[in-house]
Amino acid sequence: MKIELRNNKDFFAGLLFIVIGVLAMVIARNYPFGSTMRMGPGYFPTVLGGIMTAFGLYVLVRGLIKGEKIEGVWGIRPLILTVLGVVAFGFIMDRLGMVLALVAMFFISAFGGHEFKFKEVLILAVVMTAAAWGIFIYGLGLPYRLFWWS
Amino acid sequence: MELLDNLVLGFNVALSLKNLVYCFIGVFVGTFIGVLPGIGPLVTIAMLLPITFNLPPIPSLIMLAGIYYGAQYGGSTTSILMNLPGEAASVVTCIDGYQMAKQGRAGPALAIAAVGSFLAGCVGTLLIGLFGPPIAELAFKFGAAEYFSLMLMGLMAAALLASGDMVKAVAMVVLGLLLGIVGTDVNSGMARFSFGVSELSDGIGFTIVAVALFAVAEIVKNLETTAKQEVFTGKITGLMPTLADLKASFPAIARGTAVGSFFGALPGTGPAIGAFSAYMLEKKIAKDPSLFGKGDIRGVASPEAANNAAAQCAFIPTLTLGIPGSGVMALMLGAMTIQGIAPGPQVMTKNPDLFWGLIASMWIGNLMLLVLNLPLVAMWVKLLKIPYRWLFPSILMFVCVGSYSLNSSAVDIYLAAGFSILGYIFIKLGCEPAPLILGFVLGPLMEENLRRALLISRGDPTVFFTRPISLGFVLVTVLLIIFMIAPAIRKKRKKVIAPTDKT
Repeated sequence: MKIELRNNKDFFAGLLFIVIGVLAMVIARNYPFGSTMRMGPGYFPTVLGGIMTAFGLYVLVRGLIKGEKIEGVWGIRPLILTVLGVVAFGFIMDRLGMVLALVAMFFISAFGGHEFKFKEVLILAVVMTAAAWGIFIYGLGLPYRLFWWS
Repeated sequence: MELLDNLVLGFNVALSLKNLVYCFIGVFVGTFIGVLPGIGPLVTIAMLLPITFNLPPIPSLIMLAGIYYGAQYGGSTTSILMNLPGEAASVVTCIDGYQMAKQGRAGPALAIAAVGSFLAGCVGTLLIGLFGPPIAELAFKFGAAEYFSLMLMGLMAAALLASGDMVKAVAMVVLGLLLGIVGTDVNSGMARFSFGVSELSDGIGFTIVAVALFAVAEIVKNLETTAKQEVFTGKITGLMPTLADLKASFPAIARGTAVGSFFGALPGTGPAIGAFSAYMLEKKIAKDPSLFGKGDIRGVASPEAANNAAAQCAFIPTLTLGIPGSGVMALMLGAMTIQGIAPGPQVMTKNPDLFWGLIASMWIGNLMLLVLNLPLVAMWVKLLKIPYRWLFPSILMFVCVGSYSLNSSAVDIYLAAGFSILGYIFIKLGCEPAPLILGFVLGPLMEENLRRALLISRGDPTVFFTRPISLGFVLVTVLLIIFMIAPAIRKKRKKVIAPTDKT
């Protein structure tokens, strides 16, 4: 019997739970465990990590038995581009102010959509940046810089 | 009468010009965003959450509540007109609502949905006012052991009832609890899981997790398929339901309200199960059940009333016990905590203006919904034509600027990016993120109460079984687990949950 692991939904979900659970237990070893009566900071995370690992094992084994596949396709392109857009916003916001940060975010993330029309994205970026100014800076009075010199 | 005095206090708070304006903004923006196809209440609240933090507590919660039922209502408009439910609770509304729209009776369907929601909202508001104080009274008797057992029950109920895969849902709750305790431990002052990052020693921002899981990860999921967006092309002519419609609807609304209120107040069930059960009930008691699914108005009236009643009554455990029953309520509770209000029974005594003001504003908000939605329906319909490629970068704009506003630090943005990737992976692996946020909100509280309970009992874990109230919660938890594992019920549950899995 050949066990198909590719796109095995439960196998990977279980694996992820196990990795996180074990990681939590290992890291929590650095914190005093204490006793049931006087719990140290390591007690609760260790127990939770253990529970997670146990659940992870169950899900993993179930995956091996049932072999249920992940539905649909992985949206690698939208994932990379939206996350990149968000990261770019943070990076530029700290250095060059909100306007450029938002324009960059709009262009990068819009590239992750199905259709990319330069003019449309430009208009969207301008309109929504103005809206962001209106809501956050004018309306809520947040102390953001629009540009690096302001 | 005490209830009357309290309601007067509440209306005094809610009717102040400032709060009315925030309530209106919340309802309006909530409906506006809720109507947009593919965007449900969770996304809407998550993306607007950071904005409300810059307001004082009362207006911010009033606005958030407004956003919630606005978005819920907006979702039913999309369901009726386009057969596109924004979230699980409006899935059943699609069945008969969309059929009515196809038959050119979209107007009456929308009108009945609005009226049903309003009536159910009124009852829901009254129920919170009636049941809130006695429940809070009871909760004052709770010690650490009772709170721990109660949270355990709440979390298990939420994981077992509301989500597709129970085992994964429980694992997600545990992951949420783990993420919740990241940061400085209150008892020992030790920074846990902070990996030397100073920003992390304050804990992971609740908003960061919320926007990442519910807004960004959701966007990526929506973008993965290249399916063409359906566009509403029909026309809405005449809103007035016929006399026969009204006669059929009112009893259905009453039944839906009762069913919805019941499920809403229970932890873990909420609007989706409420709406579904209400629909099932209508079908069962109807003389001619074959009419359902072909545009029967009762199939719109009852679930719409039920989901609004449930949305309203979900505030009962959240406000009186500090135990959120659903993802949305976890967001509300997180918002309260960030505003410096410790959730729990003391909210009612310490902040009566907040508690009663919020309740009164819900009634006012429901009235606004009715007034807003019926005349403006033509405008909402226009919104349905906005393509998703304009929407998702705009949602990201709110996410980015909003998250940045929390600490004016890019670290939060990077964290949000990281959680978005994790969130998307979890969604693909069939693990729903809503239970995670419940665990996340309750994590520190649960640890604190567990510690305290065992300290008082000198390390004796039987304390959870010897105190009667605590034993009650533990028993319910055990019963829940048994019911869920029992194969016969499992099969039945699958049938009930199946249509809500699509969201």
